[in-house]
This record gives sequence, structure tokens and C-alpha cells, in this order.
Amino acid sequence: MATETGTPRAQSSTTSTTAGARAHARAQEGTVVVAAPVRPASGWPGAGAEAGVDADRLVWAETVAGGGYSHKVLARGTTLRLTDLAGDACAHLLLFNADQSFERLNVADTVKVQWQVYAAAGQLLLSDQGRVLATVVADSSGRHDTIYGTSTAVRNTARYGDGDAQGPTPAGRELFALAAAKNGLSRRDLPPSVSFFQGVTIDDAGRPGFTGSSGAGASVTLRTEMPVIVLIANTAHPLDDRAAYTSTALEVLAWTDTATTPADPLWDASPEGRRAFVNTADYLAARGLK
Amino acid sequence: MTASTTATVATAADFGTELSRETVAARAPWSAVLKAGQVLTIVDLDGNQAVDFLAYAAADTDRAYSAQATLQEQDSVYLSVGSVLRDNESNPLLTIIADDCGRHDTLGGACSKESNTLRYGLHTWAQHACVENFLAEGSRRGLGKRDLVSNINWFMNVPVDPDGALGIVDGISAPGLAVSLRAEVDTLVLVSNCPQINNPCNGFNPSRAEMIISAGVTA
Repeated sequence: MATETGTPRAQSSTTSTTAGARAHARAQEGTVVVAAPVRPASGWPGAGAEAGVDADRLVWAETVAGGGYSHKVLARGTTLRLTDLAGDACAHLLLFNADQSFERLNVADTVKVQWQVYAAAGQLLLSDQGRVLATVVADSSGRHDTIYGTSTAVRNTARYGDGDAQGPTPAGRELFALAAAKNGLSRRDLPPSVSFFQGVTIDDAGRPGFTGSSGAGASVTLRTEMPVIVLIANTAHPLDDRAAYTSTALEVLAWTDTATTPADPLWDASPEGRRAFVNTADYLAARGLK
Repeated sequence: MTASTTATVATAADFGTELSRETVAARAPWSAVLKAGQVLTIVDLDGNQAVDFLAYAAADTDRAYSAQATLQEQDSVYLSVGSVLRDNESNPLLTIIADDCGRHDTLGGACSKESNTLRYGLHTWAQHACVENFLAEGSRRGLGKRDLVSNINWFMNVPVDPDGALGIVDGISAPGLAVSLRAEVDTLVLVSNCPQINNPCNGFNPSRAEMIISAGVTA
């Protein structure tokens, strides 16, 4: 059956029939790869024991490859722990109110209201409506950034030769655009972002210094204070000064927990923060999400 | 501070034929579309008046000004002469070609009724704020809440201390100081002449700003 332009294939292939193609597809289940979600999340290796959490509380368990992205809608009172597995993750993060996505992370208000540009445990991630989307409750890295955001295709193309989401050196904005689209959001909905695990400091003349990561195994733990859409792009920090694009795996683990209450020291840690928690409680009560 | 009636005239004359000159009242919004090559000169007529500013590619307003993309391409967190104001895809929108003030802020964002409740308390709720101006003026240009992002605050002094502390402090501007921006593409600019009275950004006294559009000169 060979012709001048091709070789015979259909007759000898295992996928030449619908039944064969179905069997071929079904046989792929169970393939083990490094970066993938585990579903149900309770099947996560270790099942949360290492985090001190019962397996049935896990709601998100995933390893995001370097250059990858993920997203999830999380209930209020979810603990979200991000871990830099190999030392070169950079978790670019955006948060939206899941009920009205036009309310979203406002980085300027976050740093201005709290009089501080460096992210650390105790920081509140504020929306443009004066409410708390999430709190940073623990941090073993100390290398984060609220100023420089994520990379663009233009910048990554200039630096590495490519910035496409499916390319070898994906830009964070391209990854965010995909994560956003799957939540009904467009590029127009991508405001300034924050990033974790790759630090930038500002000197007294206003110049940035890239400080990189604190090494493998660092984690940062967030607590959602409202129902939120979480978008994560794991790609090199835009100020990463290494010539070679460097991005390694990010572990994402989330579990059902409780939101901050007035009994928590964080509620009253600052007058601005207390007013943000009160604003949030006011919104949630009226919305029936108390 | 008493509003001065004397405007500086010289600055904009360096940038070609003057096409328009408008005074923005204290607390008021303003917007315009600059053609590529035109120059917008913003004058702090009465001194220490924060002028909140957003910009969009006129041909595609999804391409909003991005403080983050802008800062990625320069070696300072402050804006000054030579700063290229970029959209969220890193494309140039405007370039600062002249500046009497020295540096300007793009970290602190705009004041809003909502953030005022956090910074000062609910007693400020009835007060005017920049986000109200951006929303009102933007609504006349097809822009909505989703289009508001971290903006520029011309003439506003927001130092970052070595420990990361950031704050709006007393201004470094003065009556008549100006900043001039050349449009690199057709650009919609959206302005709120800041009405804030609870911090030093306007010297606790919102005042006028002047907007001069010039035809530009070929380099």
C-alpha cells in the first residue's frame, strides 16, 4: 500500500479504530510525572501528615512545573501553602473575590495601607474594596516582591528569545492570561501581582537589588479570608539576573481551615488591618457568607 | 495655600506648537487622547499637588499603563526624566522628556473611599477620592473598574526606606514645577487632580493643575 508520498500506517496501528484508540487512551492512566495535580487531593503522597493536616481536609494538592501555572477557586478559611521545592520557584500570585471578580488584589493599597513594601508573615493581601482577600500567616523564605510583578512576553523575548506560554521561557503574564481565561477573566483583568520565593530589596536611592531565593524547601502559607479565585504563574522573576532562564517546581497544598477571627492576634495587629478585617466581615455578613 | 493666578508658560513652548491649555480645578478629573509625538505638560500650579494619572493605548485600552512593567525596565522605583511609561505588555506609551520636580511615585496607587476607611477610618467615607474621579471620567471613555490599575502620582513624594517602610510624606514640588510626557503611540490619559485631605500629598489643600498639549518636535 506504500505510495510515493507516504508509508502504510492505518492498517497496522493499534489506534486505527475507535475501540483501539479508546483502549490506547485508557491505558495511559497512572502514568507518573513530576508535575501534576493529585485528585482527590486526599491522595497526596503523605496525605498532609507532614503539614499536620488530616487527608480529608486537603482540597488542592499539586506540583506546578517550572514555567507552569495553576488556578483554583478556594472557600473562605482555606489554608494555602506554597513550597519552593528545589530553590528556584517563583510563585506569581493574583487573587480575586470569587463572587465579583472585578474586586481583586490591589498591590498599591496592600503596601500603602500597611506602610510596608516587603511581604512577610502578618501581611494582609488587600482588595481594591478595602477588604482582606488573604493573609500571609507563615513564611520561611523572606524573599518576596510586591513591586516588580511578573514578566511579559516582550521582556522574556528580549531576555531569553521567547515568552510564549508553551515555549521554553514562558512569561508570567502569558501564563496568567491562560489561568484567567479559565475563570472567565481576560488580560484586562490582570492587575499588578505579587510574587513569592525570589526577593528584591530597594536601597536608599530607590535602586532594586535582586536577592534570589532562600533555597530549596522554603514555604509561605496564606489563609483565605474571602472566597477567592487564585491564579498562580510559576516562572522566573522579571529581575532574575541570571542569563539563563531558571524556574523549578512549586508545590501547592491547600486544606480546609478557619479564617481569621477577632480572637486572633492578627486581627488587631494594626489599626489599618483591624479596619480591613471589619470591612471584610461586614461584606461577608451581608452576602450571607459569615 | 492660596491659589495662584500666575501660570508658568515657558515649559511647554519647548515642545512645539501649543494645541491646548486647560486648568483642572482642585479635586476634578480630566482626560485627553494624545496623538503619537504630542507632548503633555502637567504643571503643579500652586505647589505640592498630587496629580494621579493613568494611561492606555488609545487603539486598545486593554493595554493599560503598568507600574510593574515600567519599573522592570529602569534602575529605580521612582519615575524621572528618561523613564519610559509602559503598558502591561511592556510596550512604550509615554516617555518623560522634562521634569522640574525630580522624582514621582508609581507605588502608592490612588486614594479611594475604600482605602480611606483603612488608612483613616469610616469617618472619611463621604470624602472625595481619586478612584471616584477615575471611574467617573473613565466611564465617559468606555473604561470601567476593571481598567483601574496602579497609577502614577505626579509630584507626590513616596519614599521607600531601607527596612521597606513606604509612606506618603511631605512633598518636594513647588508652585509652577512641571513634568512633560511625549506620547510614543496614540495614548488616552486619565487624570484625577487628587482631592485627598488626610495626608500630605496635596499639602492638605487640594489645588489646581494645568494641562498643556503641544504638537511635539521631531527629534
